[in-house]
Amino acid sequence: MTYLYAAYAATWLIHITYLGILARRYARLKKEIESLQKKSV
Amino acid sequence: MSSGLTTPTLIKDLRLEWRSKDAINSMLFFALLVVVIFSFAFDPIAEESRQIAGGLVWVAFLFAAVVALNQTWAREVRNAVLDAYRVSPAPPNSLFLAKAIGNFIFVCVLEALMTPLFIAFYNLRALGAAYLLPVVAILGTWALVVNGTFFAAMSLRTRSREIMLPLLLFPISIPAVLAMVSATSAILTGEYSPKFWIVLLVAYDVVFTTGCLLLFDTVLNAE
Amino acid sequence: MKRAFPIFGVVTAVLLSYGLYQALVVAPTEQTMGEVQRIFYYHVSSAWTAFLLFLINFVASIVYLVRRNTKADIIALVTAEVGVVFCTVVLVTGPIWARPVWGIWWTWDLRLTLTLVLWLIYVSYLMLRRFSTSGQTPLLAAALSVFGALDVPLVYFSIWYFRTQHPQPVVGGGGSIDPRMMHALLMNWAAFLCLAFMISWSRYRLERLRREVEEMQGLEALLEPRGVR
Repeated sequence: MTYLYAAYAATWLIHITYLGILARRYARLKKEIESLQKKSV
Repeated sequence: MSSGLTTPTLIKDLRLEWRSKDAINSMLFFALLVVVIFSFAFDPIAEESRQIAGGLVWVAFLFAAVVALNQTWAREVRNAVLDAYRVSPAPPNSLFLAKAIGNFIFVCVLEALMTPLFIAFYNLRALGAAYLLPVVAILGTWALVVNGTFFAAMSLRTRSREIMLPLLLFPISIPAVLAMVSATSAILTGEYSPKFWIVLLVAYDVVFTTGCLLLFDTVLNAE
Repeated sequence: MKRAFPIFGVVTAVLLSYGLYQALVVAPTEQTMGEVQRIFYYHVSSAWTAFLLFLINFVASIVYLVRRNTKADIIALVTAEVGVVFCTVVLVTGPIWARPVWGIWWTWDLRLTLTLVLWLIYVSYLMLRRFSTSGQTPLLAAALSVFGALDVPLVYFSIWYFRTQHPQPVVGGGGSIDPRMMHALLMNWAAFLCLAFMISWSRYRLERLRREVEEMQGLEALLEPRGVR
C-alpha cells in the first residue's frame, strides 16, 4: 500500500531533515570557532 | 496579595483611557467592522446561523481582545513605569491584577457593544437559558484576558511583539475557547446543557489566574 | 562519555532495523484495515516518545524555575525541539493512516487533537525562545512550559466531552491487541526512544557549543575597542 510506505518515508524524511539542520548549524559553529581562534592567535 | 496598589493603578488606567479616548474610539470602530465583515462572510439569513453564532461571536471577541491586549503595556513601556514597579516594594501581583482587570473591563465594554449588533444581524434568540449567557461571557472573557495580559507582558521582550501575543495566547486558550463557544451554542440552540462547559471555564479561570499570579513576578523581573 | 556515543548509535540503528522488520514483516496483518495498519507502529511509538520528551521539558522547566540551573534550561530547550520533531511525525502519519482507512484526512478525535494542541503549544514555546530579546529568556520559556502543562488536562477534558457530544471516527481504534503486534510496537518504541536520546544528546552538545561561542564572541566584542591587539 503506497500510504504505508508514504508514512514510513515521511517519518524518516522528517528526522533526516532535522538532523540535516543540526549538522548545518554545527558546521557554521565550527567555522565561527575557527575564525575566533584565528583572531586570538 | 494586593497591597492596595491594585485599585489606584486600575483607576489610573481607566481614567487615562477615558481621557485619551484614542484606544476606545479605534476599538469601537474595529468591533463594529468585525461584526459587519463576519455578517458578510457568514450569511446571517441562513437557518443554521444559530448553530454557528456561538463560534462567530467568540472569534470576533477574541480578535478584539487581542487588539486591546496588544496595547496593554505600551504606555508602561513608553514611560519606563515597569522599572519603577520593579524597584518598588509593592507586590507585582497588584500591577498584574490592575492590568488584567482593566483589560477585562475594556473587553467587556467592547463585547457589550458588539452583542446587540450580532443579535440584530443574526436575529439571535436564545432557546436555552439566556440568563447564563452573561455568565459565560464573564468567565470566557476573563479566561482570555488573564492569560492575554500575562503573555502581553512576556511579549514585551521579543521582536515582533504584536504577533507574539496571539502566537502564545491562542494555543493555550484552546480549551477555554472550545468551552465558551460550546456553552454559547448550547444556550442559543437549547439543544444541550452548558453546565459542563461552564464548570470547565471556572476550572480554567481558577487554574490560570493562580498560575499568572504565581509567575508574574518572574516575568516582570525579566529585563 | 565520548566513546559511548558511537556505541549507542549502533544500538539505535540495530533497534530501528529490528523494529522496522517487526513492523513490516513479522507483525500479523490487521483484519479490517489491512497492511495500512502497520503505520500504527511508527505513529503510536512516535507519540509516546514525543509525550515523554514534553514531560521531561516540563520537569526541566520546573527545575529551572526553582534552581536557575543552566543544564536544566538546555535540557528543556532540547526536549522541546526534539519533541516537536517527533510530534510532527505523529501529526503527519496520522492523516496518512486515516485517509485510506476512513476516507478523511483529519478527525477531531481526542488523541489527534490533543497531539495537535501540544504541538501548537510547543511550537509557540520555540518561537518565544527564538524571538525573545530578553536576557532572561530561559525564565520566560520555563513559565510558558508550566502554563502548557497546566493546560493539558483542561485540553483533554474539553475535547473528551466535546467528542462525547459530537462523535467522530477514532484514529487508531481501540480494542485488544495481538501480542505479536504489541511486541512490534514496544520494539519500535524502544528504538525511537534510543533515537530520541541520540538526537537530544547531539542537540545538547550543539547548544553547549553554541553558548560557548556566543560567550567568546561577547568577550571578543569587549576586548576589541581597547585595541589590545
